[in-house]
Amino acid sequence: MPKLTEIRWHARAGQGAVTAAKVVAETALSADQFMQAMPEYGPERMGAPIKAFTRICDEPIEIHNNIEFPDIVVVLDESLLDIVDVTEGMKADGTLIINTCSPAAAVKQALGVAEAQRVACVDASGIALDTIKRDIPNTPIVGAMIEVTGVIDMESFKGLLAKNLGKKFGQEMIDANFAAVDRAAQEVTVA
Amino acid sequence: MLQQKTVASTGNSLVAEAMRQCAPDVMAAYPITPQTTIVEEYAKFVADGRVHTEYVTVESEHSAMSACVGASAAGARVMTATCSQGLAFMWEQLYIAAGLRLPIVMANANRALAAPINIHCDHSDVMGCRDSGWLILFAETAQEAYDNTIMATRIAEHPDVLLPVMTCLDGFITTHSIDRAQVMDDETVKGFVGEYRATNMLLDTDNPVSHGNFAGLGGTYFEFKKQHRQAMNGALKVVKEVGAEFAELSGRPFGVIEGWGMEDAETAIVCIGSTAGNARHVARELRAKGEKVGVLKVRCFRPFPAADIAAALKRLKAVAVLDRSESFGEGGPLFLEVRSALYDLETRVPLVNYIYGLGGADVRLELIERVFSDLSDIAAGNAAPGALQYLGTR
Repeated sequence: MPKLTEIRWHARAGQGAVTAAKVVAETALSADQFMQAMPEYGPERMGAPIKAFTRICDEPIEIHNNIEFPDIVVVLDESLLDIVDVTEGMKADGTLIINTCSPAAAVKQALGVAEAQRVACVDASGIALDTIKRDIPNTPIVGAMIEVTGVIDMESFKGLLAKNLGKKFGQEMIDANFAAVDRAAQEVTVA
Repeated sequence: MLQQKTVASTGNSLVAEAMRQCAPDVMAAYPITPQTTIVEEYAKFVADGRVHTEYVTVESEHSAMSACVGASAAGARVMTATCSQGLAFMWEQLYIAAGLRLPIVMANANRALAAPINIHCDHSDVMGCRDSGWLILFAETAQEAYDNTIMATRIAEHPDVLLPVMTCLDGFITTHSIDRAQVMDDETVKGFVGEYRATNMLLDTDNPVSHGNFAGLGGTYFEFKKQHRQAMNGALKVVKEVGAEFAELSGRPFGVIEGWGMEDAETAIVCIGSTAGNARHVARELRAKGEKVGVLKVRCFRPFPAADIAAALKRLKAVAVLDRSESFGEGGPLFLEVRSALYDLETRVPLVNYIYGLGGADVRLELIERVFSDLSDIAAGNAAPGALQYLGTR
């Protein structure tokens, strides 16, 4: 059977979820995997709740529907937990990764997810403010996701990050993003 | 084997890239979601000097197609892109482009027509102009959208065709999703499409011609239309030939219809566009359980490959035709064509028609499973084929 991993991203428009969905897919391609990345389009306005999707597979992906039963759910904005059912359809052994200062055990209990479902928490916004100097939590939260799930290769991800950032910014910005990724990977807690 | 570059790209980016490689002399376009990024990226190619196209920004789609008609009649290679309300606004010019036998290539990012307003995937826009005399190709994936654009250029300009070609890709699903695809180098595409040498061009002042003259009562209108029909019928052979040549070059198979599991299938789904992938995915799972199911994708809708479809379906015990648009007649547009194609067979193939996915309604795998389950009941004689059904409405 082909090994298919499906990721659903929840964010507010402007937080970089669509970019993250894309960069993760591109990283998978660099390892000769098959991939898809797609945003769910609706009215476009900054701050509105949005979803994006990434599929990664070792064989060609033929399906084009929305992801209903994600293996991994990434939440870039904690305030969405009150208004969106982020765990909807999450696989029985799925992993939820949230941008929050709260400890993973407390968040897991509050969400009431099953014991076998993992909840990983990281202060991606805080890390982004410290390193990149802006609240763009997408890069650090991907670092945490890689640490917790191993869905893509960390060095390949950093390589692509450097390449993409290098087109617009200097080495300083690349270093800041690397620091954000490394710190998130170290600081993420899992329950 | 030809070296190709593997990329992560959206369907729209790949269409823009294919158009750049085909290097039209003129593009006249007006942006509309979800087509916008095609013409946006193409405008950037022009601004960056990567292609020597005269890019005409116009105030509407009606003007876009009018400019395309003028430029094509003048003798230029011409391309554009649109969808939905934009395609509807082009309406009368679509007939003029086809009637003047102008080989314009246009991408259409399939989107629903208002009302109610909706920007998502639906085939109502293109199906509405299926009688306009354009060739119509559909893509399942971003890769096919790229490939179809290149093939369309050769097909449209073929001396036996000389008709405009619409290359359709599913709005958002294919236009905006990033997918893995292979692209050829510029020289290979340039060599494949060749240089366009227009015949009967307006700007050839040594051989003056006029286009679109009055052909009223006692004129040649009737004969013009018969020739148009002959060209459309003849185009099927050209589509197959160009497709075979492209397949040889790219290593990617092309068929006017493309079947999966059809050799020994007892039941099958016939569909168009991205849904074919979902259907094949479910069919694979059912095959693993021993069910003889198949999927038939229609990649060329105009000309309609009726004989190919009849040959592919004639032995089946039950067939479902999935339409992503309404016609408000006796079924969706694809259903009407497929049923007509099967009428002259000696055996009657039980058919059922589903209208699905309108306005971008998600084509969940469970819906495809339900269709195969219905087909199994019909094949076993436990259910009757017949009435049109809406698949997955609340």
